[in-house]
Amino acid sequence: MEKRVLFRSPWLPWVLLAPQVAVIGVFFFWPAGQALLQSFQVQDAFGMSTEWVGLDNFKALLADEAYLGSFKVTALFSLLVAGLGILISLALAVFADRIVRAAMVYKTFLIVPYAVAPAVAGVLWIFMFSPTLGVVAYALANLGIEWNYLLDSGHALTLIVMAAVWKQISYNFLFFLAGLQAIPKSLIEAAAIDGAGPWRRFWSIQFPLLSPTTFFLLVINMVYAFFDTFSIIDATTQGGPGQDTMILVYKVYNDGFKNGDLGGSAAQSVILMAIVIALTVVQFRYVEKKVQY
Amino acid sequence: MSRVRISLAVAAATLFTLSPAQAQTQVQWWHAMSGPLGEWVNDLAKEYNASQKDYVVIPTFKGTYGETLTAAMAAFRAGNAPDILQVYEVGTATMMAAKGAIKPVGEVMTMGGAKFDAKVYIPAVAGYYTAPNGQMLSLPFNSSTTVFWYNKDAFKAAGMDPNKAPQTWPEVVAAAAKLKASGHKCPFTTSWISWTQLESFSTWHNVLFASLNNGFGGTKARLAFDSPLHIRHFENLANMAKQGLFVYKGRDNKADVTFPSGECAMITGTSGLYSRVSKEAKFAYGTSTLPYYPDVPGAPQNTIIGGASLWVMAGKKPDTYKGVASFFKFLSRPEVQSASHKRTGYLPITTAAYELTDKSGFYKEHPGTDVAVTQMIRKTTDKSRGIRLGNFNQIRTIVDEETEQIWTGKKSAKEALQAAIKRGNEQLVRFQRANKG
Repeated sequence: MEKRVLFRSPWLPWVLLAPQVAVIGVFFFWPAGQALLQSFQVQDAFGMSTEWVGLDNFKALLADEAYLGSFKVTALFSLLVAGLGILISLALAVFADRIVRAAMVYKTFLIVPYAVAPAVAGVLWIFMFSPTLGVVAYALANLGIEWNYLLDSGHALTLIVMAAVWKQISYNFLFFLAGLQAIPKSLIEAAAIDGAGPWRRFWSIQFPLLSPTTFFLLVINMVYAFFDTFSIIDATTQGGPGQDTMILVYKVYNDGFKNGDLGGSAAQSVILMAIVIALTVVQFRYVEKKVQY
Repeated sequence: MSRVRISLAVAAATLFTLSPAQAQTQVQWWHAMSGPLGEWVNDLAKEYNASQKDYVVIPTFKGTYGETLTAAMAAFRAGNAPDILQVYEVGTATMMAAKGAIKPVGEVMTMGGAKFDAKVYIPAVAGYYTAPNGQMLSLPFNSSTTVFWYNKDAFKAAGMDPNKAPQTWPEVVAAAAKLKASGHKCPFTTSWISWTQLESFSTWHNVLFASLNNGFGGTKARLAFDSPLHIRHFENLANMAKQGLFVYKGRDNKADVTFPSGECAMITGTSGLYSRVSKEAKFAYGTSTLPYYPDVPGAPQNTIIGGASLWVMAGKKPDTYKGVASFFKFLSRPEVQSASHKRTGYLPITTAAYELTDKSGFYKEHPGTDVAVTQMIRKTTDKSRGIRLGNFNQIRTIVDEETEQIWTGKKSAKEALQAAIKRGNEQLVRFQRANKG
């Protein structure tokens, strides 16, 4: 007897898919299509005249040293944010997992930053590190360290990496903690009985078993560093000094919205889209092979 | 069914309650004035609305100048632009090029039956917003200019005469050195690098910032601020930075706060800083004209304006334009102008308003408040009338980015200025291309 339920209707699957397709269509394909279209045009700010210019916007971008510099900054920034964010939150999660007393308190405090809007996070960090009115900047000056992120690009990058990592630690922490708690205690106890120390147990049991989580977080953190850090940069360095913290997504905003150059900005977002798609494909094709589910 | 009926009833009720207000024509006004200046804008609208019954001006705060302009561009594309839009001087060329999007103020005033006389406005202010054919395109609203502020108490502590402001750059350097010797950590800083140290600096010394009379001659203009004088000035600033005499405090108006707080003793910035300094500074302060190089013939000439003007958007109903005209007429009245000038430190935009303020004894009671005006009302030359360049906002950012490399020591003054010109000219080419018609 046939136990499977069969739907023979040709349109039912489409109807069931429709809401998803509609959402993706409206919020992804439509804007992406528009960006693609605009990247081949030069428009005046009010959109009254449009000229098709072929690949000119892209050519202008690739000839622009500032744009190529922005790639380097973005690569460095996203590696630092993803790398540091994952490392620190993994360490915190491992410690929080071992805590017996008042664990709830620690966990709550570690999760709180996630509730802070990125723009607010930026302002918080400005209050601490602004050379004019920052508390930390003042303390550093007393220690003889001349802190000025307005002029020192190393300081500026440090500041936005700190702010971006701090903002993302909670998210990473939650996933790592959940991952750690999903590892059966019996495995760890068995290893302990066999004489493995905490470090050994972590490397040989917990870390490999966490690899799906780590991989997931790597993808998410890269995307986060590429896109969501925008408001942190807007609130702190605004791409300066020079263009030393001008990451790609901030440049898209700066050129398109602040400066009204929609064609150039659209071309940038098309390139950015291509990069993120390529990165995600690479991560899933190659990195994922090393992941044990 | 019943739910539909209820919502219909609600809709009808809303319409009914709104109907008395609909007898008046609404005029939407988008602006970028926050804090005490936002209150000033709201007060102006309130005062106007109370003065007559036919029109209601509704001011809406839309963020910074840049954000307000961007919001209006997006709204125009979507077909619901405001009636009046406040645009900063940097956006002037963009607005002028957008012929189909705006309606010249001269035309609007004529439509509204108000007699419009461009001559009543202070020439340097009105000239900035006038098209090559002599038609005034937007109404100057809050105009400021670059002035020099200094801390008299700090001057006294450094053993200098507090009533003698340094007039020239060599004097500024000497004063800064004395301030530093007396233990001051930030002798001199500046807001708006491009506006104060390049744009105003150029007109003040009667040299070109860009070709074709700083862009007044058309969109083919290209940047020209790598003259020996410009390079000399930035080398001078770089040396000051190296010796700790000039301290860079960030882009735009970020440095403003350091003057009223007492951190920096001298600053070049907007005359609009007045409302803040008079409220916050806990020391004796003074204003003076911008410093200049005494060996340059023709210096000092005049400074150029900053601030914003009001643009009228195209495609509105005749009734709306009548309302706009009536409101603009109200704004141009000398007593309204004079009150605004005293309240905000922005320039009076009509000669009558300046005279009225003078007569009231305001300048005598608040010495220094007339510096900005006297800097502006001189006769302008072709080189000093103003600056009108497309994509100017980008160019200012480029200047910020490149000059920052001077203060960090990565580039020499010459290299940075030339790089800024190269990158800035690319923006001008783009603008020329997008605005052929």
